[in-house]
Amino acid sequence: MIIDLPRFIATERPSWTELEKTLDRLQAEPGRALTLDEAKRFHFLYQKVSADLGRIATFASEPELRLYLEALTARAYGEIHETRERGRRFRPARWFFTEFPRVFRKHAGAFWVSTIITFVGVLFGALAVTLDDEAKEAVLPPMFANHLGDPAKRVAMEEKATKDRAAGQHSTFASQLMTNNIGVSIKALAFGLTFGILTIVLLFYNGVILGLVAIDYILAGQTVFLLGWLLPHGAIEIPAILIAGQGGLMIGQALIGYGDRAPLADRLRALGPDLATLIGGVAVMLVWAGFVESFLSQYHEPVIPYAVKIAFGCVELAVLIWFLGSGRAKDDAPAAAEVRA
Amino acid sequence: MNSELRIRTPEGITFAYQLAGPVARCMAWGVDLLAIIALGQGVSTLFAVFGLVSPDFATALSMIAYFVVSIGYGVFTEWAWRGQTVGKRIMRLRVMDAQGLRLQFHQILMRNLLRFADLLPGCYLVGGVAMLLSRRAQRLGDLAANTVVVHIPKHAEPDLDQLLAGKFNSLRQFPHLEARLRQRATPEETRLALQSLVRRDDLEPAARVRLFADLAEHFKTLTAFPAEAVEAMPDEQYIRNVVDILFRPRGAVEGKARTAIQGEVVAS
Repeated sequence: MIIDLPRFIATERPSWTELEKTLDRLQAEPGRALTLDEAKRFHFLYQKVSADLGRIATFASEPELRLYLEALTARAYGEIHETRERGRRFRPARWFFTEFPRVFRKHAGAFWVSTIITFVGVLFGALAVTLDDEAKEAVLPPMFANHLGDPAKRVAMEEKATKDRAAGQHSTFASQLMTNNIGVSIKALAFGLTFGILTIVLLFYNGVILGLVAIDYILAGQTVFLLGWLLPHGAIEIPAILIAGQGGLMIGQALIGYGDRAPLADRLRALGPDLATLIGGVAVMLVWAGFVESFLSQYHEPVIPYAVKIAFGCVELAVLIWFLGSGRAKDDAPAAAEVRA
Repeated sequence: MNSELRIRTPEGITFAYQLAGPVARCMAWGVDLLAIIALGQGVSTLFAVFGLVSPDFATALSMIAYFVVSIGYGVFTEWAWRGQTVGKRIMRLRVMDAQGLRLQFHQILMRNLLRFADLLPGCYLVGGVAMLLSRRAQRLGDLAANTVVVHIPKHAEPDLDQLLAGKFNSLRQFPHLEARLRQRATPEETRLALQSLVRRDDLEPAARVRLFADLAEHFKTLTAFPAEAVEAMPDEQYIRNVVDILFRPRGAVEGKARTAIQGEVVAS
């Protein structure tokens, strides 16, 4: 199609400039909502530029102009056809206290699967150490080397310690724990991309280590020490890893797509915001657990009575259960309202 | 693996993005790795100041800072620069939503966190294989986040006046053939001819002669100008004249000529 190019550019350029300015404004202020008139104008400009691109597309001598209009159309297309919720201002308190538990409950099934896998690992670890004395040496990674000896001896040594061996290293230890655990959680989530297989392996292995250490202390008659040592940080840390595993299993389920007829891309796309929320919540939980493990879990009787530590862990667990489960009624309300309607 | 991501809008308009290949992405990642190391070292050095007060606190801060930088670098830069990191900026790449829609924060977060699966078993082997097998050159993280990495070509406007000025264009004596040439030449052919002229000095002499001969032969099949207009005209000059016709409308040339004549009259 031959058109009068100079006239065409002169006539249409104001619309292109106006659309470009609107797009710049929208990108600079992602939280800004257009008024009805602005939205209508925006839509009109988008259609106008699309039509201009259609006209110029066959005009050989202006490839630069065509590329400019293509880029403008592409940007406007992204804004006009975006049906997902426009990025609202991020409110950390609302996100953590409302959104995170809601997302957790929405995918609770995957959490229970994650828990069961870990529990099977715990049973396996417990059985292994009960039946085979060498299981501990074979399975425990180097970072758990201090648990290789006799638990009773370790407890006696911890309780007799007169000076604070961690003094001057609490912050470093806490940051080590946080970064390591958050790293493991991210892996548990990311490994979901192997159809959930590596997530399952990771959860199972974590369970094996937990079961191995726990049964070793229990068989040595050190159950109270074990609870006093594990509960304060474990009450948050273990559920956090399970939630990360929940995310990984969600990805695996979306990849397999059993019982879901939506295309793979749509299944994964739908999960994105929920996974981001879950892993963010897990990171917050693990920061807390890191502080508790470094500043509380490492102190034993007579410095801190076991009863206090166990009570602290139980309270944490109760609060966590309440925190994650208390909004169930609110989640059900819209569904019930829909049924009534 | 396709080299293009084509998006067709409901308005019937199609536009395409050039997908980034594994080599370009690998080079961008190399730059980003260096940036992460430099940034991590910088932040650790900065926090070492706290060592004067508490060595424990300083070590903890450095450790956390390094972790945050290594995990958060991609998330922060891609969010702040709309899909680009330092490496991607240098390599002119950009992360985009696979449907051409606005890139969302959770997509950036997911593609960066899920990198751990792409890294398996080492050196991005899984991610690299996934990219080669994927229709849209996506690594696993991209697949899950529904993103693609595209190449942003540099569209520098060539200085046509300098390229074409001062030459008499015998083809312009035939306005109807000039119009026909404009009508028949596709944007790709036009760009090819222009780029050949822009880069002509970079070519080996033999290759230069061969290239312009091929191009001239092709453009002559699109529109045949009378023999007297192209007689004894070298192939390169023929392509110059063709590009002149395609890029400079008749009105612009005539206007320029008029201005030049007026200028001469005023000067005299």
